[in-house]
Amino acid sequence: MKLYCLSGHPTLPCNVLKFKSTTIMLDCGLDMTSTLNFLPLPLVQSPRLSNLPGWSLKDGNAFLDKELKECSGHVFVDSVPEFCLPETELIDLSTVDVILISNYHCMMALPYITEHTGFTGTVYATEPTVQIGRLLMEELVNFIERVPKAQSASLWKNKDIQRLLPSPLKDAVEVSTWRRCYTMQEVNSALSKIQLVGYSQKIELFGAVQVTPLSSGYALGSSNWIIQSHYEKVSYVSGSSLLTTHPQPMDQASLKNSDVLVLTGLTQIPTANPDGMVGEFCSNLALTVRNGGNVLVPCYPSGVIYDLLECLYQYIDSAGLSSVPLYFISPVANSSLEFSQIFAEWLCHNKQSKVYLPEPPFPHAELIQTNKLKHYPSIHGDFSNDFRQPCVVFTGHPSLRFGDVVHFMELWGKSSLNTVIFTEPDFSYLEALAPYQPLAMKCIYCPIDTRLNFIQVSKLLKEVQPLHVVCPEQYTQPPPAQSHRMDLMIDCQPPAMSYRRAEVLALPFKRRYEKIEIMPEPPPRPAQPTSGKKRKRVSDDVPDCKVLKPLLSGSIPVEQFVQTLEKHGFSDIKVEDTAKGHIVLLQEAETLIQIEEDSTHIICDNDEMLRVRLRDLVLKFLQKF
Amino acid sequence: MPEIRVTPLGAGQDVGRSCILVSIAGKNVMLDCGMHMGFNDDRRFPDFSYITQNGRLTDFLDCVIISHFHLDHCGALPYFSEMVGYDGPIYMTHPTQAICPILLEDYRKIAVDKKGEANFFTSQMIKDCMKKVVAVHLHQTVQVDDELEIKAYYAGHVLGAAMFQIKVGSESVVYTGDYNMTPDRHLGAAWIDKCRPNLLITESTYATTIRDSKRCRERDFLKKVHETVERGGKVLIPVFALGRAQELCILLETFWERMNLKVPIYFSTGLTEKANHYYKLFIPWTNQKIRKTFVQRNMFEFKHIKAFDRAFADNPGPMVRPAAGPASTSTPVGLLSSAGVVFATPGMLHAGQSLQIFRKWAGNEKNMVIMPGYCVQGTVGHKILSGQRKLEMEGRQVLEVKMQVEYMSFSAHADAKGIMQLVGQAEPESVLLVHGEAKKMEFLKQKIEQELRVNCYMPANGETVTLPTSPSIPVGISLGLLKREMAQGLLPEAKKPRLLHGTLIMKDSNFRLVSSEQALKELGLAEHQLRFTCRVHLHDTRKEQETALRVYSHLKSVLKDHCVQHLPDGSVTVESVLLQAAAPSEDPGTKVLLVSWTYQDEELGSFLTSLLKKGLPQAPS
Repeated sequence: MKLYCLSGHPTLPCNVLKFKSTTIMLDCGLDMTSTLNFLPLPLVQSPRLSNLPGWSLKDGNAFLDKELKECSGHVFVDSVPEFCLPETELIDLSTVDVILISNYHCMMALPYITEHTGFTGTVYATEPTVQIGRLLMEELVNFIERVPKAQSASLWKNKDIQRLLPSPLKDAVEVSTWRRCYTMQEVNSALSKIQLVGYSQKIELFGAVQVTPLSSGYALGSSNWIIQSHYEKVSYVSGSSLLTTHPQPMDQASLKNSDVLVLTGLTQIPTANPDGMVGEFCSNLALTVRNGGNVLVPCYPSGVIYDLLECLYQYIDSAGLSSVPLYFISPVANSSLEFSQIFAEWLCHNKQSKVYLPEPPFPHAELIQTNKLKHYPSIHGDFSNDFRQPCVVFTGHPSLRFGDVVHFMELWGKSSLNTVIFTEPDFSYLEALAPYQPLAMKCIYCPIDTRLNFIQVSKLLKEVQPLHVVCPEQYTQPPPAQSHRMDLMIDCQPPAMSYRRAEVLALPFKRRYEKIEIMPEPPPRPAQPTSGKKRKRVSDDVPDCKVLKPLLSGSIPVEQFVQTLEKHGFSDIKVEDTAKGHIVLLQEAETLIQIEEDSTHIICDNDEMLRVRLRDLVLKFLQKF
Repeated sequence: MPEIRVTPLGAGQDVGRSCILVSIAGKNVMLDCGMHMGFNDDRRFPDFSYITQNGRLTDFLDCVIISHFHLDHCGALPYFSEMVGYDGPIYMTHPTQAICPILLEDYRKIAVDKKGEANFFTSQMIKDCMKKVVAVHLHQTVQVDDELEIKAYYAGHVLGAAMFQIKVGSESVVYTGDYNMTPDRHLGAAWIDKCRPNLLITESTYATTIRDSKRCRERDFLKKVHETVERGGKVLIPVFALGRAQELCILLETFWERMNLKVPIYFSTGLTEKANHYYKLFIPWTNQKIRKTFVQRNMFEFKHIKAFDRAFADNPGPMVRPAAGPASTSTPVGLLSSAGVVFATPGMLHAGQSLQIFRKWAGNEKNMVIMPGYCVQGTVGHKILSGQRKLEMEGRQVLEVKMQVEYMSFSAHADAKGIMQLVGQAEPESVLLVHGEAKKMEFLKQKIEQELRVNCYMPANGETVTLPTSPSIPVGISLGLLKREMAQGLLPEAKKPRLLHGTLIMKDSNFRLVSSEQALKELGLAEHQLRFTCRVHLHDTRKEQETALRVYSHLKSVLKDHCVQHLPDGSVTVESVLLQAAAPSEDPGTKVLLVSWTYQDEELGSFLTSLLKKGLPQAPS
């Protein structure tokens, strides 16, 4: 059993597990941090961005100035942004039988895998994962396709040239495999390969392996997976949360008794407490708005935004902000808000019981009804008429490289009254802001990452007690920026096995049993071919030595044995003691039986009848196995 | 012999009061807990004393499963759990859990407030009963205990309706509840995988009907409604608040929109709004089309259908309504004022608002009542559908029915074709029919037995069907033993029995099959070796070495597939059987050969001795 590690990103994993003749891909994460190396795609022509100077080498050679632009000391690729795909060469991806998706953030590379590798298998995911995953993909495709960019830079990717570039471009990995975004057609085709599953549903794969999704508590429909045969069990833990936000709580008990637990998707900000961050978010928002400034919240169209809106729902009235408009701008804003209300069965108990009243589970329904929250597909159209300031805008993309957020950064960046609040933990906010420098706008960093932290992990591992833990190498050492924090790493016994991109791990399994079924009746023996014409030959009678006789155990009490012999008509019996046991002599039959603690030897003439009689008497005293 | 036992307490050769007891591998499960609309006495609830006379129900039942929210499937639940007393788990889907208490409360109100019944369950009992409910997801495997598991499948029929698989080890029963094999305007079709249960318990409401296409029925329905309102009549459609009502609302709503009709449509109870809300929040349980388009247009937000106006009902025939709104251009004003459509509950005209309206409108031949679903015997609905036109009401009043009575089968039950289709999908060993009339069942039973060649049963209430089963016994085989088997060149073939020797170790319900050696080792036992040595007398005058050589070549020629060896010390081995010349005997013409083997090689050893007894073949001179 082997684990092929195709992604180096610990929260956007992509692993392939070979388990009992099945090949199972675990998640399909797409590393989008690569886009930070690119210039933002503005919705409206931006003179500032288009006038950035081209970059030239130290010696003044400016042959790259069409591809690379410089902004406040940082160099950016002026091209359609590209993503870092999972490794496609390590294993033949057309041999993958199934793909298991754990949550909607971890399926963004799916079209690359299902559409371009010869993949013919099935993808399994829960309904909310698929629906919201579709929205995320739709938004991404829309963001990129609606600002067509003629230029596609490739010169800089040349290995010899990349060496000459400044960091971080110089150190970017696998640039030759970076790909542009997929199309909506590819998305639809990829999603059509998904089969919907529910929590605790047992899915049989080829009769050899059973896979089961479990609630992971992180997002709507997010799951961990159990992959098991009758005697081996692998738990795949990805993006899990123990906090009570909107999703159904995590199912921990079912992870018990695992031989191997693959652990990915821990919090990216282990030092930040999500509750504290939400508080900070609210107070900074209020402060800015009271001073007449606008608040920009770069975010994904689903997930934490539901919790933020719920917080604001409770907060704005008490903070006297009920007249401040909240805008949610995304091509999928409406769908996301609507979908969130129909997945009652995937929500935490509190929200579920609301549906029984029947009321919508999320209070953003009321925010919309009372006109406090408005949503628009983009800044074009109705929004420009309704737009009032000061306001709060939720919009994507959190990388600040594409989407409506680019427009608001350009629009509000120059005023120190405005604030941008980063809540999504996926991108370094300093890097995200780099192409907008110099910036007068206030920047607040309140990353809200509800995934497991290291304290919760060690508690979880103590509870479920897997025999072995496998995790990305990042989790086996403290974060580089906090190398003294020995508490910010996985601590378990035996030590976790770590993996990095493009590595293959042999999983420590000891297979000892296999399942079969037994029947109460022995099967009929195959009928002997009755040969009519052929003459029977001696060799036809040769016994089949493949028929196994049982092993024997026990010992023979001599006195009782002799009594039994007498009862069965043997007379003239003599018993002699030897060093190790006894010899029973049947003088009349010229037979000698040596009896020792764990052996019996019958020595007689070639008289089959006699031998069989004696054998049966001996067997009476022994147990068969 | 292990067996599965099934006893219907209700719905055996009958529709209504669904309640079926199943015993499987020592587990007892009760399927549905319904009331009978045709009775007002004790017979309206199942007779739970059948389960136990004096013990507590909780001790006898491992769980209760409710298939959907219709009262003939869940109406007795508060009585059962709170008044008779049951504290075990009750399983149902989320929508059923949400809607069921509302219908129960409705039912209670009619029984207690309107009919003044005493000793009925209370609102508090409904609440306490619902606390015992565990909600299940579709396809989720719910572990009731270590051995008993249940799994829900989509059944169509009404929002949240489910079929349930009940499984213990390799034995399983599927209970369909009510289901629908064709998608309708708001729900999808029932589906089950090829789960091959020992028994499929299916409803058989429409056991003999093969219904024409749904489109035709819809067209007929719309035509009748349209004609009636066009000539100024009123249309009464008795429905249950949830289910058929929503489908017909969607149907009329789209028709009204297309035809630009202005005739009012009313929905009787205050439940409408609320009921539609449930549909909006449980969109994933509706059909593909609604799920796909709900973001743009939620099908359960109706523009043409209004809350009920009591004044409208109070006028038995054509009447003058206070001048309202701008008159439609397509309909004459005079007719508009009196015409209209009312959806009223309950659906079988056995009580409540639908019955009240019916009594007011029955006398006018311009009006029409459309019964869109099945009516249980004893209800007014059943009476008028069977042609009765003079009805005896309470207080010896006789109500003459002049209005037109129409029956349109809209209730979402599978028809004969659909039932056969589901049986084909699940591939059960046997089928058991419930929730239907005996005569119709008889017909379907024959059809199933002839066409699908599976046994079919149709027990009456209180009658028990017993099915013997042959459960498989799964054990773990040690890889060592399995590899040894494979080394013998015989690859294990799936599903084909074969013989192998091993030792079964049973420890805390954990069965393992290991090699005998391993078993001895695990049990800390020593092997006892049993060895035989036989003296074989051969007539041979030649030297011992030559005799040995002759024996060797003889055996070699006979035992072609065996390993026969001539060892340097002069002895011969066949596999592990040892043949040695004994000390020279007194008679030079006779040689004595000692043949020695262990008990495990007995067959070969005894074969060799008998072979040698026949003597050696004459050596070629």
